[in-house]
Amino acid sequence: MTSTIQAPAPRQLATNRATRRPKNRRSRFLRRLPLNIVVALLLVIVCYPLVWLVLGSFKTQDEFLSSPFWALPSTPDLSNYTEAFAKANLGTYLINSVLTVIPALIIGLALGTAAAFALEVLVWKGRGPTLGIFLVGITVPAQIILLPLFTMYFQLHLLGTLWPLIITYTAVTLPLNVFMIATFFKAAPRGMFEAAAIDGASTLRMFWSVGVPMVRNGIFTVGLVQFFFLWNDLLFALTFTNNPRLRTVQVGLLSFNGQYGSIDYGPLFAAIVVSISATLLLYLFMNQRVMRGLAAGSMKG
Amino acid sequence: MAISVFSNRRATALLVMPALAIYTAVMLVPIVWSAIYSFMDGGLIGGFTFTGFDNYTQFFTDPQARSALRFTAIYAVAMTIGQVALGYLLSLLYLFHLRRSSTIVRTLVFFPVVLPTVAVALLFQRVFGLAPVEGPVNALIQTLGGTGIDWLGGTASAVGVLFVMDLWRSMGFYAVLLYAGLMDIPEEMIEAARLDGATGSKLVRHVVLPMLLPVLVSALVFSINGTMKVFDSIIALTGGGPAGSTTPLTLYMFQTAFGFGEYGYGSTIAMVLTLLSLIVTWFILRSTRRHLTAS
Repeated sequence: MTSTIQAPAPRQLATNRATRRPKNRRSRFLRRLPLNIVVALLLVIVCYPLVWLVLGSFKTQDEFLSSPFWALPSTPDLSNYTEAFAKANLGTYLINSVLTVIPALIIGLALGTAAAFALEVLVWKGRGPTLGIFLVGITVPAQIILLPLFTMYFQLHLLGTLWPLIITYTAVTLPLNVFMIATFFKAAPRGMFEAAAIDGASTLRMFWSVGVPMVRNGIFTVGLVQFFFLWNDLLFALTFTNNPRLRTVQVGLLSFNGQYGSIDYGPLFAAIVVSISATLLLYLFMNQRVMRGLAAGSMKG
Repeated sequence: MAISVFSNRRATALLVMPALAIYTAVMLVPIVWSAIYSFMDGGLIGGFTFTGFDNYTQFFTDPQARSALRFTAIYAVAMTIGQVALGYLLSLLYLFHLRRSSTIVRTLVFFPVVLPTVAVALLFQRVFGLAPVEGPVNALIQTLGGTGIDWLGGTASAVGVLFVMDLWRSMGFYAVLLYAGLMDIPEEMIEAARLDGATGSKLVRHVVLPMLLPVLVSALVFSINGTMKVFDSIIALTGGGPAGSTTPLTLYMFQTAFGFGEYGYGSTIAMVLTLLSLIVTWFILRSTRRHLTAS
């Protein structure tokens, strides 16, 4: 669309282009200037806090107190980072986050893919109601399940372990997993399944050898979207980790802020940088897929 | 033979059951359970007694609950308007001004969307900080001759910082969502309108906006649903303060249930929030569907 809006009739313009070029270019520049300033301002507003954060993670407390905010750190030393890992137990928190998010992500995707296949490809009574039941989970606020879950985990003696988080994370990813992967199965050519059926494949074999390979890309995108949701979760992690040893990165960061953050800027900034580094790395390599996936996920809601 | 493969009962159960079982145990059962809790008084330690609608009458006379309800409503409405409006303006900027070169800007502005809210909130506390270290905002104000402000110390300014932060976090998302909607408008449509003499705001109002309406509605629904459930950014940025003035229903529920151990009343607050978000979503979808079919 952009090209057609822009394209003038090239041949007509060609005759007087030589004489009019300098003036044209200047007026075009002036015409675009106000909005270009808006774009520049936008980028500064988006990027500057992050630049300040990363620079700050290398500054000493003295530099924070006495140098102006735009000053670069005098020496790029990592002492803030070592202090953050030592004082804030960042290592433990990172391991806890990985140990809860990754298993939940894998189990949730596996179960969600299976259910999506059954709901979209197979023919059975109760498909509609089952889809409707999964829809409920997308609309209700998480607060409605907190107290009963807490009671359940308490009575099963699971509080004090990471299991409550793994179980809850697995369950909360299911609705979106089912809905998004079902749309991928819908887009897959039906003929492939029919061909497999004629070749004598069983239902489960058709799921595993025909269905899953066709939506592999989609599963990966959904997994990426869910990774951000789970990794960034605060509510469940805050509710189900009553023991400091079990804190995830987000809860750990919050409590570190309460203990040291208001005084010691450097280690806190280093801890924040560490906490966003996983998302930053993923985004660096897969930003287009992340953007598409998140936009598609919201339209399902 | 082929038919039986597609309607194999045992295989279907094997594929659906694990997901459905976990989902039922962790989400459906607790929803019903919470509804029952909301008619009871007590907690995990002292046990429960049935009290009928007492919690609900308490909710509507409790000044803290009212202020939480008010804050949730104000935040959700203002934030939804802000997010969608800003996202819409950005998407127009991407499409009509930046055009081909918009990919890099789009990608950068989207980045805060995937950042952990806690990290962003702690960063914004410092960006708007006053003591012991002046953040960039206060430093800039002082350079321009003003005096530094204790942003998170007063209610109005704390709400302001919250809005700025949440817009910063989410505008890139709504921009991409609405940009995708704009890209789906057939180019002949805009071409034809241009030939008919429509330009600038006229083009946007009479051609682009009506064509974008379905996507705009999805964005609105998604936004109001998310903003009514705001929790992370508030607990990490203001903690609900100063003096409880930025406490939404979600946080009030959390404090009641886990701070004071009142499971019954906490569940009531959660129920009110749930009903509210269902009603609002239903209302938007219904009113816009009528509008969509009318036009």
